[in-house]
Amino acid sequence: MARKETGDIAAGRLTSGQLAENFSDVAPPLDRQRALIEASRCHFCYDAPCIQACPTAIDIPGFIRAISTDNLTGAANKILEANIFGGQCARVCPTEILCEGECVRNDPEDKPVEIGALQRYATDWVYERDVQLFTRAAHTGKRIAVVGAGPAGLTCAHALALLGHEVEVFEARAKSGGLNEYGIAEYKVVNFSQREVEWLLSIGGIRLQHGKALGRDIHLSQLRREYDAVFLGLGLGGVNALSLGDAALPGVRDAVDFIAELRQAVDKAAVPVGRRVVVIGGGNTAIDAAVQSKRLGAERVTLVYRRGADAMSATNHEQAFAQAEGVHVIHYAQPVELIARNGVVAGIRFEHTRIEHEKLLGSGEFFEIDADVVLKAIGQVLQADGLSEASVELLRLNKGRIVVDADFATSLAGVYAGGDCVGGKTDLTVQSVADGKHAAAAIHAQLTQA
Amino acid sequence: MADLSTEFVGVKSPNPFWLASAPPTDKAYNVIRAFEAGWGGVVWKTLGLDPHVVNVSSRYGAVQWNGQRMAGLNNIELITDRPLAINLAEIRQVKREWPDRAMIVSLMVPCDEASWKYILPMVEDTGADAVELNFGCPHGMSERGMGAAVGQVPEYVQMVAAWVKQHSRLPCIVKLTPNITDIRISARAAHAGGTDAVSLINTINSITTIDLDLMAPTPTVDGKGTHGGYCGPAVRPIALNMVAEIARDAQTAGLPISAIGGIGTWRDAAEFIALGAGNVQVCTAAMHYGFRIVDDMISGLSNWMDSKGYKTIEDFRGRAIKNVTDWKFLNLKYDIKARINQDLCIKCGLCHIACEDTAHQAILREKEGQRHFEVVDDECVGCNLCMHVCPVDDCITMERVDDGSYQNWTMHPNNPMAEKA
Repeated sequence: MARKETGDIAAGRLTSGQLAENFSDVAPPLDRQRALIEASRCHFCYDAPCIQACPTAIDIPGFIRAISTDNLTGAANKILEANIFGGQCARVCPTEILCEGECVRNDPEDKPVEIGALQRYATDWVYERDVQLFTRAAHTGKRIAVVGAGPAGLTCAHALALLGHEVEVFEARAKSGGLNEYGIAEYKVVNFSQREVEWLLSIGGIRLQHGKALGRDIHLSQLRREYDAVFLGLGLGGVNALSLGDAALPGVRDAVDFIAELRQAVDKAAVPVGRRVVVIGGGNTAIDAAVQSKRLGAERVTLVYRRGADAMSATNHEQAFAQAEGVHVIHYAQPVELIARNGVVAGIRFEHTRIEHEKLLGSGEFFEIDADVVLKAIGQVLQADGLSEASVELLRLNKGRIVVDADFATSLAGVYAGGDCVGGKTDLTVQSVADGKHAAAAIHAQLTQA
Repeated sequence: MADLSTEFVGVKSPNPFWLASAPPTDKAYNVIRAFEAGWGGVVWKTLGLDPHVVNVSSRYGAVQWNGQRMAGLNNIELITDRPLAINLAEIRQVKREWPDRAMIVSLMVPCDEASWKYILPMVEDTGADAVELNFGCPHGMSERGMGAAVGQVPEYVQMVAAWVKQHSRLPCIVKLTPNITDIRISARAAHAGGTDAVSLINTINSITTIDLDLMAPTPTVDGKGTHGGYCGPAVRPIALNMVAEIARDAQTAGLPISAIGGIGTWRDAAEFIALGAGNVQVCTAAMHYGFRIVDDMISGLSNWMDSKGYKTIEDFRGRAIKNVTDWKFLNLKYDIKARINQDLCIKCGLCHIACEDTAHQAILREKEGQRHFEVVDDECVGCNLCMHVCPVDDCITMERVDDGSYQNWTMHPNNPMAEKA
């Protein structure tokens, strides 16, 4: 492939065989024998620390014991009754800082039980055989609107449908799943997100409408009038800007858009990627964008973060993964200027930084990195447009997140919210699931009490 | 370097590791491979009278436990299914080529004197070192009045042992079945019949598993199954007890014992020898991993003996017998308490829940709001359960806290039969 001095962005840098390998399952499933051996490593702790580390409090020793007796329906039931996205979480949870991080087998001479892999083993069994584990309660006649078909929204919808309510889910995008579908590297969730949603919806009582955006096609005041309760699982639709006058320079784009495009591409060979890619940011989105650029065939991928490794929101495991994939990671450098040539981005100028008295300071020393593509992954923000209509009293926000109480109730009566748009303890899928589950319980309590 | 050689009922072998009468010793090819690997001797798979038996397809059922294959194995194979003459010729050939190895021939013929009188001279003629009488197999042959059907009747055991001693000059080993209520009765009968030794245990009658799809036992032969002989690591504790019972029985004390039952390592062998066994026989472990396992059995036993200063097998043989006693002689004053090493504790909580739910509520789970496991001495009876469930080696140990006095049940005031001091 001929190299271009600037704007070297091209599709098909690798053969379809190489691409198929690069985007196949990064952590292949356990077979029965390996699962049984791994399950036998679980000590079946009493009052187990791993359960307490799980935001959805899955009975981990319980499901592992069920795996060890080939009771996979029982194992999957334990997982999915606590976390309806148990299959997704098995794949994308940073288990090393959650359940596996608390496993009592963490020791220099031992290693934690592979809880995530075992969870996948048990839940895959359910999806592959289309086992229906749950039965809906009798109809209550109550109707709830859920906005957003991501993990928080669908968890809330499923829990409410299970309790006998009718749920209408409004989703702006063409597919359900939220970040599971649009925001996570393909090799972590090969052919999975839609299958999981399909299975989840098979319980019945949930009607999904795509292409319905809040503030455009549907309105909060209308939902509050027409439904007994509303749950907002909006996610964070916006992205932070670099503030470098980057608005329209070709070659500069948001990492989330790149990741979404890649996930939706049927043919990876048709997705253009820069020869030299610079990713700015320190979260899992930055890692996913960097590694996937590399796996698409980028020659050089540099990830630049303004603070140190410890401050990155990407886990150590993710950071190590990126480095093993050949991503060059630079810490303590902040972008100061995009360099344009021939009307496209040609590089980016950074300033070294240091921390003094907990404040980030520029050192006054600069360097430049050539780039054909610059991917911005410096955080997502709530898109508040749909929430600020004049007809409703104001939904309280704080620091760009919807304010909720312990029951996930917002400042508006009958309106609940959860997931990334409320900004809980973490920005993980499993946290959104926990939020959606708790909100559903609160909504149910409110509706049945009245 | 310890001397592992043994002499058992006059039969010499370079080490105490023999292969038991079973599929691994069915023919010259296997036995030669075993001798090449270093086995000290073999008991050739049981010979019977012609016409030879026939065997079924699917012969083994296995118990897998916690990811471990073949924690127990069961078989429904019968004795050799080859003509007698072929076996005899091969035994002769192998013994000639491997004169320093023990060659024992296992026999099972109908329970009449003529059959034994007929087969014994032919075996003697091969140059074999001894015969082992298979009174043990619990499946198949027992339906035909042989194997365990003989071993379960002490009078038959004595009678056949006597015939064999009468009609052959070869040393005789009677192989005992564990499918009885008191192994000592069988051993006494063999002893009374004049046997030179006993070997035990043969396999335990069993059904390994039920296939819940076929609704049939395993191994399944065309939809049906039958009870078979259980062996492997799972049966070892039963074998240890039976060997000990014979070793410490006044009537059979000193009767040579060839120990069998779940032996797969040098340590297993050492335990049986400590209970008086003159050698050991191995089968399941070899069937699991091949004959090469004898390599570590030899070096492991030798290194352990060196570390203990034992120069020969006889130096430690039978040393544990005197410490196997009746319950009534155990010291009731002996008192131990569990001790949890907090540096090693991984806080899994297994000791707590075992004690809390099923024992004596003697382990606390919390201290100052933290996850912490600690023994309450006043409640601890020293049962050891916590020590066994703890997944960390040496994390829970037992500390002796009594004053060293002694009182057993025969002396205890609660015993109506107590002997007056």
